[in-house]
Parts: sequence; structure tokens; C-alpha cells
Amino acid sequence: MPELASAAGVVERRGAPQRKRRGHWQAVRRRLSRSPLFYLSAALLVVMVGMAAAPSLFAMADPYDCDLGRTLADAGAGQWFGRDLQGCDVFSRSVYGARASLGIGIAVSLLTGLLGGVVGAAAGYFGGWVDAVLSRITEIFLAIPLLLGASVLLTLFGTSGSGTWTVIIALSVHGWPQVARITRSSVMEAKQQDYMLAAAAVGCSRLRALVRHVVPNSLGPWLVVVTTNLGVFITYESIISMLGIGLRPPTISWGQMIHDAQARFLEAPWPLLGPALFLSVTVLAFILLGDVVRDAIDPRIHS
Amino acid sequence: MCSPPILEVTDVTRHYASGRRWPLGSASRVHAVDKVSFTLGERETLGLVGESGCGKSTLGRMLVALDRPTSGTIRYRGEDIHRLSRAGLKALRRKIQIVLQDPYTSLDPRMTVGDIVAEPLAVHGEGTPAERRNRTRELFELIGLNPDHVNRYPHEFSGGQRQRIGIARALALGPEIVVCDEPVSALDVSVQAQVLNLLADLQEQLNLSYVFIAHDLTVVRQISHRVAVMYLGKVIEVGPEGVVYGQPRHPYTQALLSSAPPTDPDMAREQEVIMLNGDPPSPAEPPSGCRFRTRCWKAEEVCAVHEPALVEGAASGHLTACHFAPAASVQVDG
Repeated sequence: MPELASAAGVVERRGAPQRKRRGHWQAVRRRLSRSPLFYLSAALLVVMVGMAAAPSLFAMADPYDCDLGRTLADAGAGQWFGRDLQGCDVFSRSVYGARASLGIGIAVSLLTGLLGGVVGAAAGYFGGWVDAVLSRITEIFLAIPLLLGASVLLTLFGTSGSGTWTVIIALSVHGWPQVARITRSSVMEAKQQDYMLAAAAVGCSRLRALVRHVVPNSLGPWLVVVTTNLGVFITYESIISMLGIGLRPPTISWGQMIHDAQARFLEAPWPLLGPALFLSVTVLAFILLGDVVRDAIDPRIHS
Repeated sequence: MCSPPILEVTDVTRHYASGRRWPLGSASRVHAVDKVSFTLGERETLGLVGESGCGKSTLGRMLVALDRPTSGTIRYRGEDIHRLSRAGLKALRRKIQIVLQDPYTSLDPRMTVGDIVAEPLAVHGEGTPAERRNRTRELFELIGLNPDHVNRYPHEFSGGQRQRIGIARALALGPEIVVCDEPVSALDVSVQAQVLNLLADLQEQLNLSYVFIAHDLTVVRQISHRVAVMYLGKVIEVGPEGVVYGQPRHPYTQALLSSAPPTDPDMAREQEVIMLNGDPPSPAEPPSGCRFRTRCWKAEEVCAVHEPALVEGAASGHLTACHFAPAASVQVDG
């Protein structure tokens, strides 16, 4: 069969390095490393995470060292964004606010990612009545707007001043259904592929098929939604705190600062603009990262 | 082909429930495969032809125990494959394998092709990882791919190469029967020939038996020893390749063959193209009697009342399910 030899996959020259693995995730990493937006968002996030971890390195002044005599002082040397109504340094408070916002964003993203991922994967993989039950529960939670649901929970249970964990749980309870839906559909898509049929035909167990075939093939969309959610949940935390039902003093948070500053915005814009700037940059960075990750993963754009 | 059959299919039926069953409405049943019987001999290729939706893929899946028949039996060397224990079924998977139609979705894009081909070995706990790697390289050579490419991913290969990888996976456990479910219909014509030659070659080398499912008459003719023609879940004609193609007796087979373009473009068509009217009826409500009667130009009253049985005609081993089969013999130039 002479045509066999010529068709025998000699697309590239022999002797190419044998252990060179060009897998999906390697390709994703390569595409990420080529994207300038990835470096931009990563750099912004490194700074933000640095602030959350060690705020004293970024802010000279103590955010709790307030001087009522200098209330609403203008921006100047040593106080870039001026001072707020209580005479506290706005820049320092903004820097110290990163910890609460980032912490809540990351915690809620992970919790909803885990819960939504497991529920969605179970519904998609097992199908039948498992899917029916889990999907109905997901839809019930999905029907309640996140902000409304979280507000209700916080007003009910957060009367004694909302702690960080109360906020995390309130947001997570209403945040997971979206992750569950996306995971369910990507698991269902992976499950219907012919390679699952081939796996069954060689005698692959259901568990092995799940671990070896379904999870690796449905991880992409999950990862994208969890990354994008980081920014989304930071926004929600700020909204809740701005409404006055989220984090409360002595915890510093951007939403709370915006809440406190809005009444005198025209007189003194910096106490509001300072935390708003930090918030916008952080959320932008996370959403950019989510976008870049999606572009790197989506095989329809890069095949 | 006088040895006892390796695979015996008897009255296999597969119905699917469709539509609402609860709380309203009656259960409508799709008769995907209806009382199909045939045998497969050792080192034989049985071609299974029919238009899409006639139940040939459903049948293929039942043959590899990926689906259970509603009734009827499939026996591998005398043993009913749907009554096996868990361990028995796993052992059967070594003997009966399948090559799937779409080489793009049948290989897991997240696995290296080496891991894909080695997966059956790993699932069956065969050998050490090093031994499995060696076996994988052997399989790559067997199917005509460079063994140095085992660490590549499916997307780095062409359609034909992917289908070879699918074949290698099916051969990993050393099966006796390979069900090929439209293995070349997703490929270019030139590549089709290569894959068909490879399959024929492997059959020689490894003493394989094939059930070759396809809708392309030329492809089936090229590889099959015997051919079974399916229409709406039923086998309506079966016989040796030369006889079915040379003297088709069922009107449906005649129509199918007449629609195939002549092999020699310079030669004028010797016979008229038989045009069939309409679409195949819904398998949820198959016509009474003969299922082909609604589109058959020979249909008479008897066809609506009695379902024709698959009976042997003049040539031995040539069975046809038509009330008017003997008169319907037409010489067709393939």
C-alpha cells in the first residue's frame, strides 16, 4: 500500500523534540503570555493584592489617625486625596479598603465557584431526576435578583453590624446559580461528545470518564466565569456597603467610604472620588483578566 | 465463511419512547430498529447500507453493547452480549470494538493521541505504563502514523490521520470484531480510499471481522463481502456483495443503485434512474405491512396488509423482503 506510507502523518520532520507537549493549557498559557492586556491587568492586580496584604507599605498615614480639625481638607502634600468629614486621610483609607474588598471578592468567587461548579457538574453529568431537582433549585435562586436577595439577608441577619463573613455568605447564597448553569451546560456539552461514547465502548467507568474526559473539557467556561466574578462581586460588596447594609466601621471598605462621602460630594469630591477610583481600577483589572482568559481559552477564536 | 458465525443477530428490535408520556398524551414509540437478523462470519465484512435515520447506527451501538435492544438477542460466539455480568461485559469489550464516524469529536481534544490510544489498555489494566507506551507505538506503526507523534494532540492531525488514531484505539485491545460506524463519511474521497485500504489491510493481518455501516454505496461495495440494505429500521435485502449490487431484487435497493453515478463517466447510463417520491415515513408511525410501500411503484394491496418476510431467492444467501421480488429482478450495471 504505497499511499499509506505517504499518508502516514509525516506532516512535520522527524526528530522533533519528543517530549514537547503542546497541550491545551500550554497553548492557553502561550496565548496569555502574548497578550499585553494580560500583563496590564496582572500588574494592576499584583499592586492591589499587595495593598490588601501589606497596606502599610503603600500608605504613609494611619487611616485611623483622624483629625477633626482638618475635616474635608484639600489634597496636598502627604494627603493626596485630601481628608474626609472625620478628618481621616482618604488615600490611606482607600489603600486599607483594598483588603476587605479583595478578600470578599476572592472568597465569594471561590465559594460560588465551588458550590456552583459541583451543583452544575452533578446536574449536567448525571442528568435525569438529579438534573431536574438541582436545576429547579438553581432556578429558584436565579429568580431572586442577587442584590435584592443579599440585601434582604443582610437586613435580616446583619442587624448587629455586618461582619465580613455575613457579607460573604449573603453574596454567595445568591451568586452560585449563575456558575452552576454555565458549568451544567459545559458538562452536558462535553458529555455528549463522541469521545464519551468511545470511552464507554472500551469499558471506561463513569467515574473515570468524569475525571479524565468531562472535567478537563468543561473547565474552561467555569474558569472564565469565576475570574470575571471576582470583579463582579467586588462591585456588589461596594454597592451593599454603600447602601449601608454591608461592612461597617471599623472595617474600612470602598463602598462605605463612598456612602459616607456622597452627601458632601460637591463641596469635597475627593473623599468620594478616591475610593471610587480604586474600586474602578480593581474591577476593571479583574474583568479585563476574565476577558483575556476567555479569549485564551475559547477554541472558537483560536483553533 | 462456512465456519460458525462469530456474531449472530436475531430479531433485534429497539424502540424508543418519544413524546410526552406523562401526564397527558399517549406514548408514541419510535421503531428505530425492528426485528433485524443477520450473522457475521469470521474475517468477513458485512456492509450495512441505508439512508440516514434508518437505524443503522442504533444497530451498531447495540452490537458493541452501548445500547440495549428492546427485544431480540445479539450473540458473540454463542453468548448473549446483553446478559453478561459486569466482568463479562468488560471482557467482551476486548473482543468487540467500534470506530466512530466523526474523527473530530471522537478524540478527546485535551488528551495526547498516545494517551487516547493507550486508554483502553489503561482501563483494562494491561501492562505497566512503559509497556503500554511501547504497545501504543506499535499501534501507531500498524495504522501508518509516526510513533514519534504520540505526544501530540488531536488538533495537530488531519481528518484521515485522526480516523487512523480512532482505529488504533479500537485495535488496542486486540478485538475480533470491529463495528465501523460510518468511518469514512466525514473524510475527503481521496482520504476515504486510504482509510478503506488500511481497514482491508488490517483485516488480513489481524483476522478481523467488520460490520461496516455507511450510507455510501460505493464505499460499502469496496470493502464488503456481504451487504445488508436497511430501510426504516428493517433489513430489506441481504446477500453477497456481487449479487446485491449485480441483481438487486428489492425495489428500494434497485432505486438506490440506480441513483449512484456510473463508474465510467464516458459510458452512458444503461438504465433509467428510478426516482422515489416523497420522504421516508416517520419511524414513529411506520406504514402497515411493507414499510417501503408508500414510496414503491410496485405496491399493491397485499403490501399494506402483509409484511413481507426476508426470504431467500434464486441465489443462495441472497434474501429479500418483498412480495414481488422474483419478478423485480433487474440487471444493474455497477
